[in-house]
Amino acid sequence: MIRIANINKNFGERQVLEDISLRFEQGKTNLIIGKSGSGKTVLMKCLVGLLEADSGHIFYDSRDFLRMNTRARKTLRKEMGMLFQGGALFDSMTVTENVVFPLNMFTNKSKGEKIRRAGFCLDRVNLHNVGHLYPSELSGGMKKRVAIARAIAIGPKYLFCDEPNSGLDPPTAILIDKLISEITRELDITTVVNTHDLNSVMEIGDHVAFIHQGKLWWTGSNREILHTSNKELNSFVYATELMRCLRQ
Amino acid sequence: MQLFYHVGRYFMLTATVLQRPEKFSIYRRQIIVEMDHLGLNSLGIVAIVSVFMGAVVTIQTAFNTDHPLLPAYAIGFATRQAIILEFSPTVISLILAGKVGSRIASEIGTMRVTEQIDALEIMGVNAASYLILPKIIACLVINPMLVVISMFLGIYGGWLASAITGVVPLNNFVYGIIFEFSGFDIFYAIIKTLVFAFIIASVSGYYGFYTKGGALEVGHSSTRAVVLSSINIILFNLILTQILLA
Repeated sequence: MIRIANINKNFGERQVLEDISLRFEQGKTNLIIGKSGSGKTVLMKCLVGLLEADSGHIFYDSRDFLRMNTRARKTLRKEMGMLFQGGALFDSMTVTENVVFPLNMFTNKSKGEKIRRAGFCLDRVNLHNVGHLYPSELSGGMKKRVAIARAIAIGPKYLFCDEPNSGLDPPTAILIDKLISEITRELDITTVVNTHDLNSVMEIGDHVAFIHQGKLWWTGSNREILHTSNKELNSFVYATELMRCLRQ
Repeated sequence: MQLFYHVGRYFMLTATVLQRPEKFSIYRRQIIVEMDHLGLNSLGIVAIVSVFMGAVVTIQTAFNTDHPLLPAYAIGFATRQAIILEFSPTVISLILAGKVGSRIASEIGTMRVTEQIDALEIMGVNAASYLILPKIIACLVINPMLVVISMFLGIYGGWLASAITGVVPLNNFVYGIIFEFSGFDIFYAIIKTLVFAFIIASVSGYYGFYTKGGALEVGHSSTRAVVLSSINIILFNLILTQILLA
């Protein structure tokens, strides 16, 4: 479980996050949604420590991330996995080397064990016989799946996904969404997904938080989102003609 | 103010780079890879530049010291001293700053803009150390070797020029090469090369690591890395010459 309390973040004079308090449950897919520029990526970067929040608390179970020293943070980060928007695969390494990388860094497993673990993770994301390929030889969806395999290789307790299905066709996007949801339940981990894709919200949104202009405007489930009276959330949800038709 | 900001940030990054590695075996493998990429791939250009540099120094010295009071072996002596003390350590380091420095900055810069460095940090890896330390060690090991090779090839180039053009009799040239040879000159050149190697890898690593933006900024970082490495090499050349030879 991750709990954040009263998080604030400024870039110079501009306040991008204002007093955000949220709770991300274990074993559930927690979504942060909002328009582009609403502050959701900044929030996620604060969560994982790529940006430093100006004030507030981020509790990983009972451990306050913002009050930790560098060594304790490094230890905690070994419990995190992250799926970046572009995959962020190491382009000089093959697919297998990418997945094996965190195992090489932080475990003392034998080479055979590491290769078997990488194979298991790649099988789990439905990728077969691609271990020898380089990231440049993969499609967008395959890159995302390799990134998921790498993220789960070391057995994380917390999984973060930044726009996991951006740039993907709808069937592949749904495949990635389902994969994230299945892995969350199987491994009983806390997953936080950053997205503005309503398909993702409806497919996997166990718990949804809507961020607007750096503030938390609404929280609820993916079913409740369709019947909310929140004006800003409604304008976000029903921004497309398709959604307006569905409402009618 | 910008200068102080960069200097401060450079030293902070260097302190992070020099922290204890997570796993020595991974770093050892990386060092070998970097020695291949940064060092052995530069052997060709070092060889070509050195031979021609030695030849030109010999011919220039011969034409500018054409005086009855100067012995003919002075040309060989001057060629040796110029190559060992200055041309090999400094000029070869400047060339490596261009070739190796731009490679380091663009490689790390590309990793930054494609979020690969963020991915390393999320995993709990000391990204600065993992990416820059093997390059620094590789340069510290390989650059002195390249410079020693350059010395031999530079003197060989001078000998070749003497043989082809006849500007100085070969026996006089060879006598000048061995005349009053001091091992300290080699030591001095190696010390300079080590400092320059550290500058090349760390300054280029710094510019690559703090790249912001996209492909265009990677190019800018690469250019800045080469320019700043070269300026620092020239500056430290002056300082080290004063310290070591004074």
